[in-house]
Amino acid sequence: MRLSADKFAQYTFLGIACSAIASLMLIAVFSLKEGLPFILWYGPVEFLTSTNWNPQENQFGVGAMIVASLWVTAGAMLIGAPLGVAVAVFLSEFVPRPVMRVIKPAIELLAGIPSVVYGFIGMMVLAPLIRRHLGGPGLCILSAAIVLGIMVLPTVISISVDAIGAVPNSFREGALALGATRWQAVRMVVLKAARSGIVASIILGMGRAVGETMAVIMVAGNTPRLPHGLLEPVRTLTANIAIEMSAAIGRHREALFATGVVLFVVIMGLNSLAMAVMRRKGAR
Amino acid sequence: MSIAKLTVLLVGVVAVMCGGCGKHAESVTLAGSTAFAPFAEKLGGQFMAIHPGVRISVQGGGSTVGIQSAQQGKAQIGMADMVKLPPEADGLTAVVVARDGVAVIVNPANLVTNLSMSQVRDIFCGKIANWKSVGGKDALITVVSREAGSGTRSSFEQIVGNVKLTSGALVQDSNGSIRETVAGDSQAIGYLSHGLVNSKIKALIVDGVPCTVEAVVAGKYALVRPIFLLTKGAPKGATQAFIDFVLSESGQTQIRKDGLLPAK
Repeated sequence: MRLSADKFAQYTFLGIACSAIASLMLIAVFSLKEGLPFILWYGPVEFLTSTNWNPQENQFGVGAMIVASLWVTAGAMLIGAPLGVAVAVFLSEFVPRPVMRVIKPAIELLAGIPSVVYGFIGMMVLAPLIRRHLGGPGLCILSAAIVLGIMVLPTVISISVDAIGAVPNSFREGALALGATRWQAVRMVVLKAARSGIVASIILGMGRAVGETMAVIMVAGNTPRLPHGLLEPVRTLTANIAIEMSAAIGRHREALFATGVVLFVVIMGLNSLAMAVMRRKGAR
Repeated sequence: MSIAKLTVLLVGVVAVMCGGCGKHAESVTLAGSTAFAPFAEKLGGQFMAIHPGVRISVQGGGSTVGIQSAQQGKAQIGMADMVKLPPEADGLTAVVVARDGVAVIVNPANLVTNLSMSQVRDIFCGKIANWKSVGGKDALITVVSREAGSGTRSSFEQIVGNVKLTSGALVQDSNGSIRETVAGDSQAIGYLSHGLVNSKIKALIVDGVPCTVEAVVAGKYALVRPIFLLTKGAPKGATQAFIDFVLSESGQTQIRKDGLLPAK
């Protein structure tokens, strides 16, 4: 009786685990099925490199949006990664345990705030500030990068804290015993040992930044044009799908699926990179 | 949480979800135009109060979806707010149930109060790029538009005529975010459903005619689009009854009260 209950649970959870893989496969197959014929029909090179997106005139080039996604993500990581890693080092090395037990959950709570709230604050507070002090329409790469930079903080901080926490205490003690100051011990020993975990946290944060949609739509301006400066409005790949999805039919709809394929490839690439980095850590 | 509690909770959730799906003799689904969907919902509620046997459900999705759903039979009634129905709507029976003015809006701080139709066209095409050229301050114009495929956008571009939207235009995906963007940016110009004009933005006088209910009803204000209800073949049964209700005296009064214009 006992055994069969165990077996039952085992197969149930195996089934559930497999369904996660199955849905991933379904999403991949479905987007490819809907998007690939369009890419082949339009021409892959033209689709990826043209910067003319004008569905009413059958121009479907996502080049400007790929560039926009890269700009916005790079900007977000320039803000979020150093800040996140610095906070992680501070929390795990320089703050007493009880304080960290309060601060860390608070930071993780940031991850639970819906993205539309970040977008709304960005739209109502950040964009007018940028418009007033730096010029331009306010809804621009810089606004999007700042909002996303804050949004990736919880990911970067919590994974980095775990990575730093996993460094054996003997490493720190060894460094201190050799006469290193606390900062030297952190910089030369702890950060080196936790490096792959920290890199993985940055890459996972980057995945979040590339995929974020709602907040970006609200603060980036959504202009499908190649940007020439940080204060220009842009449309990212995700925003393109979400904005035009409801009204798209025919070729236009297929073009949005094709945009999804491009996004899927980018995010899969980032995730495999993160996994490769983590695996290297395991091997050592 | 114990299994028993969890079960009670689950049963409760399922019961709530199923609460709305009681048996009805006939159900009518409307889909499409987000501009008309709130009106359809309200009118549907009133209609159901009179005809308890009928269930009216309303979905948004935009005018294109409205046409598609009516063609494919996914909805008994499609809603579309376009000046001219596209070829995809061929074969559908169309009834105009209301009209909606499209207001050209700027920030209240903007000195400009009056534009001609050709100035509006040149601004949205990017030929006029500075407010100075149309009597305003020396400041660049930020054009704000709806997304490709939006009914409001296609109506606006068709009535203004020959609009090839400037590539630098900001794109927002709802009337509400257009309003917020223009309300926050003293250099912006946009357009939206006239029922949504409020004190945070300023509706411009176009070709000498202000965007008021009176001017639209009198046929003086040019930027007006009809709102169509589309059915596949002639409407019958509850579908017919609902369309009649929308066109009735009380339906039209309700539409007018909430900021759209009556059909006639």
